[in-house]
Amino acid sequence: MSNSTSPSGLSRRTFMTGSVTAAAAMPLMATSPKAAELSPARAAEPRDLSTISLRINKQAYTLALDNRTSLLDALRDHVGLTGTKKGCDHGQCGACTVLVDGKRVLSCLSFAVMNQGREITTVEGLASADGELHPVQQAFVDHDAFQCGYCTPGQIVSAIGCIDEGHAGSEDDIREYMSGNLCRCAAYPNIVAAIIQARDEIRRA
Amino acid sequence: MRPFLYERPTSVSAAIAMASRLDARNVAPTQAKTQFIAGGTNLADYMKLGVAQPERLLDLNELTEPALRQIKTDDDTIRFGALVRMGEAADNNDVRRRCPLLADSLKFAASGQLRNMASLAGNVLQRTRCEYFRETSWPCNKREPGSGCAAMQGVNRQHAVLGTSDACIATYHGDFAQALIALDAVVEVEGQRGPRKIPFASLHRLPGDTPNIETDLAADEVIVAIEVPLDPWSRRSRYLKIRDRESYAFALASAAVALEMDGNTVRQARIALGGVATVPWRARAAEDALRGNVLDDKIAAAAAEAAFADARPREHNAFKIPLGKRTLVRALLETRDMKV
Ligand SMILES: Cc1cc2nc3c(=O)[nH]c(=O)nc-3n(C[C@H](O)[C@H](O)[C@H](O)COP(=O)(O)OP(=O)(O)OC[C@H]3O[C@@H](n4cnc5c(N)ncnc54)[C@H](O)[C@@H]3O)c2cc1C
Ligand code: SF4
Ligand code: FES
Ligand code: FES
Repeated sequence: MSNSTSPSGLSRRTFMTGSVTAAAAMPLMATSPKAAELSPARAAEPRDLSTISLRINKQAYTLALDNRTSLLDALRDHVGLTGTKKGCDHGQCGACTVLVDGKRVLSCLSFAVMNQGREITTVEGLASADGELHPVQQAFVDHDAFQCGYCTPGQIVSAIGCIDEGHAGSEDDIREYMSGNLCRCAAYPNIVAAIIQARDEIRRA
Repeated sequence: MRPFLYERPTSVSAAIAMASRLDARNVAPTQAKTQFIAGGTNLADYMKLGVAQPERLLDLNELTEPALRQIKTDDDTIRFGALVRMGEAADNNDVRRRCPLLADSLKFAASGQLRNMASLAGNVLQRTRCEYFRETSWPCNKREPGSGCAAMQGVNRQHAVLGTSDACIATYHGDFAQALIALDAVVEVEGQRGPRKIPFASLHRLPGDTPNIETDLAADEVIVAIEVPLDPWSRRSRYLKIRDRESYAFALASAAVALEMDGNTVRQARIALGGVATVPWRARAAEDALRGNVLDDKIAAAAAEAAFADARPREHNAFKIPLGKRTLVRALLETRDMKV
């Protein structure tokens, strides 16, 4: 793993250590001379990296990215948060669901540069600091709401959005409003049961 | 994907000026070097596939005009700002109560995540899902004018039976547009030439010989709002969508229906059909067949016959004609029976 480098030339381990101390910004900037802002004399070119600042799971990040990078690839390949999954990369499966400013969206269809200043929450950011699972995570464990687990991070994040939107009132509602998350293992009945449990717990809290 | 510049205008006038700078004249917005992006759920997908190749993206999400994000209702109109998200409009109580057709056409489209991302303007401008359009190794007159149409002799189960031409049979897949065309909505546009209002029925162009030109918009024109008149038929209105699976799928056939009834007699009908046509499709012949008649099974079937009289099937999509007729009949009877 120490051999895998981010496009900025930092090894991933170095980078992740940096990000854990929330100090990723400076090294990244310093090693990214192509960032458009650094050479104002020249007109911007499509291949220039853009510098974007955003918050991911309550930590500040500044990233230098090609404009073509999806938010999904930024999270997985540049920040090292691989909990968010890539299923189809075309908006058709829901595996890549994250919360942006509290709303569930598909990170594969969002260019990372379009998320300047936003607050991103991924599956890694759900449990509390002491390791206690989010009620939706706990409910997925309690109800065995997965088999292979590939769709699960997307299901969990989407379920949080679904409950928050008020669209988890009935089983039919849950099925309709969770239809954007496909599960190849067809764990659907257990997913619905898990969401009902989590919904009730969140309502009580 | 082709590399692109990315910019964030903060006002509509700035967006127009930036879009006009390069090559906005005489080129369709989908072929221009500079293109707008809102939710990105259609454009980012097509950029990844190499179907759309803008050199520069103007992100509309930092535009500061508040009306772009507002839904305003008064006694006789609902006005949707262009950047209102599908999910927000679908959940809006005023919209639901005063015109269920509008809300349901959004609620039964795409998925929860996509509806949080996708803007209403982007939604009406979404491009076809024709498999041969999406995959750049196939000939496609819409993507590459003059190259031919792989769908004609190919797998055309999803394709249109109404409004087709010898050059293109791609379906317009959007749902909201069916509600808008049925209800005589108006699209408010601003551009280099100044502001203008386009009747929704004139926004999309039939494929004809130029399927690459999809709308009436110029490349520097920004949709700022969509205005829907509220009429006596708005409350008794409904969207029925039939698909391969019950949710998160495009329509094989759908019907947008709004009725003004006098007892059992139809005073006014507004009808549009989704999943079966190349553009949002108003079914005026069906409306005429209903007007002044008692709405029973027989007259509903007659209206459906009229709606599909000019349908032209291909090898794999002939099923859409009976399916489309039955969808319309059911939608008409269910709309008649609504308690309003
Ligand atoms: C898996 C999947 C399933 C889907 N299912 C459905 C469905 O069942 N029913 C349905 O109706 N839709 C469906 N959609 C399509 C979806 O609703 C559209 O992709 C979405 O509404 C587009 O809106 P957007 O804001 O993301 O547009 P963008 O992708 O940002 O833009 C689309 C186009 O509109 C232009 N544009 C955007 N805003 C403006 C503006 N204000 N002025 C001028 N031009 C503008 C852009 O330049 C671009 O050409 C589905 C999509 C996916 C990926
Ligand atoms: S139907 Fe239209 S979009 Fe599809 S391949 Fe033919 S020309 Fe292209
Ligand atoms: S990976 Fe984003 S929806 Fe499938
Ligand atoms: S648990 Fe395997 S895809 Fe859902």
